[in-house]
Amino acid sequence: MAEVLVYVDHVDGAVRKPTLELLTLARRIGEPVAVALGAGADATAAVLAEHGAVKVLTADAPEFAEYLVVPKVDALQAAYEAVSPAAVLVPSSAEGKEIAARLAVRIGSGIITDAVDLEADDKGPVATQAAFAASFTTKSRVSKGTPVITVKPNSAPVEAAPAAGTVEALAVTFGALATGTRITGRTPRESTGRPELTEAAIVVSGGRGVNGAENFHIIEELADSLGAAVGASRAAVDAGWYPHCNQVGQTGKSVSPQLYIASGISGAIQHRAGMQTSKTIVAVNKDAEAPIFDLVDYGVVGDLFAVVPQLTEEIKVRKG
Amino acid sequence: MSLRIVVCVKYVPDATGDRHFADDLTVDRDDVDGLLSELDEYAVEQALQIADEADDAEITVLTVGPEDAKDALRKALSMGADKAIHVEDDDLHGSDVMGTSLVLAKAIEKAGYDLVIAGMASTDGVMGVLPAILAERLGVPQVTLLSEVKVENGTVTGRRDGDSASETLEATLPALVSVTDQSGEARYPSFKGIMAAKKKPVESWDLEELEIEADEVGLEGSWTAVDSAAQRPARTAGTIVKDEGEGGKQLAGFLAEQKFI
Repeated sequence: MAEVLVYVDHVDGAVRKPTLELLTLARRIGEPVAVALGAGADATAAVLAEHGAVKVLTADAPEFAEYLVVPKVDALQAAYEAVSPAAVLVPSSAEGKEIAARLAVRIGSGIITDAVDLEADDKGPVATQAAFAASFTTKSRVSKGTPVITVKPNSAPVEAAPAAGTVEALAVTFGALATGTRITGRTPRESTGRPELTEAAIVVSGGRGVNGAENFHIIEELADSLGAAVGASRAAVDAGWYPHCNQVGQTGKSVSPQLYIASGISGAIQHRAGMQTSKTIVAVNKDAEAPIFDLVDYGVVGDLFAVVPQLTEEIKVRKG
Repeated sequence: MSLRIVVCVKYVPDATGDRHFADDLTVDRDDVDGLLSELDEYAVEQALQIADEADDAEITVLTVGPEDAKDALRKALSMGADKAIHVEDDDLHGSDVMGTSLVLAKAIEKAGYDLVIAGMASTDGVMGVLPAILAERLGVPQVTLLSEVKVENGTVTGRRDGDSASETLEATLPALVSVTDQSGEARYPSFKGIMAAKKKPVESWDLEELEIEADEVGLEGSWTAVDSAAQRPARTAGTIVKDEGEGGKQLAGFLAEQKFI
């Protein structure tokens, strides 16, 4: 059976959920071979094996932490040459997409980004994508070279499928470009204890209607009652009420959770581009004419300062 | 010594228009007005700021696209760029990111550069991979997704705000930079800028000038193929209630029904 390379996104050995979703998709195409790089790479093997990796190729070197993107491309290319896979799958993070893109150029292959589903047919993998603010669904394939495909979080279920997960050291030679961009400083983002926005099953977002940074706690409290991530519209971010890393929309993050709750967000096309593929959409807005109501499964026309705290309270009561 | 900056820009269908695909499954550009991709305005802005700080700098804006794409160049010129290059060729129709990046890389090399600046993504395809591909093709450092950028003494430095950390980056020129919408608001063209833009040179290049074969680009030469494109069915109308004091509780009832609570 053909092997499929899966690039592993992990933090010091803790594998992030989108990688486990990739293993589910990789098994539809062939046998997953995982590539884990950097500090803690060896520690990823157990969970990767549990989810279907027949082999885990690992490498660590100072270059992975000290230089941007390219050392990881060198390593993924080494894995590609060692395995000759039928496809290469990479999580659709900002860095993941850059790694995949450079690899595609090097191996003379086409690239598909932000797939939301993947199926196998006799000519190779077919990727489903959302286009034009998710108003269209397309199906595409890579027609030259080995398909390189990045996949959005929440695109497949995480499934246990125990496999050998044999760990092998990957030999990597860094090229001249690897040390081109030095990382001279790194400030870790302070953890909020909430799920990562793009991976969360539930996202609760606030917009212009929240009317000030000091009011965002209303959104956060609702999020916490549901174990959700917090998002913000561009208007709220541009006003300085919430950090840019929480921005949902065309110029921020694209999310696809099971449940999306928009509060005080009118639903401009730029925002819809980032959340329209959410499974269930709920909105609270004073303006009955707001375009967001065209998208919702359930909408409340009302003042979020009354509706949202009442909702949070009721959720707490129901959860006991 | 003059700092040669090339800014890559894209002419895109207006996102507020009714965007759709043409019969050959390429983006339909006839039915929707086009404009300079908003995210590329940030790239032009940073180029202007870097040029202001440099002793001597020249900004060239570059685009690959049909005749209309000149509008994107004019906008960038009216913001303050010095000159423009338009790569136009019938054989380019339907090029994917690999084909387009090949054309851009050849054009950038032909134009000559110390620094290439791009937006973080286009607002139509929204792949966000072109800057990394260009850096790979040009063989220069990629200093991408910057929310702050500075060029001094042949070195580019910047801040990249990622999901888990904020990183500071450094590379020596020549280099490729991409900037996010956090890098600083783009200026509006002044009346003077708009008038001046009409007199600025716009060169037109075709594939032959760039020594690219027609079968390396365009729909036929594309590295990817779209099998189908279907409009998403309109969402079935949801339940909308007016809050009369119990809106939050009613919503909680819906969430419980859907098993979210």
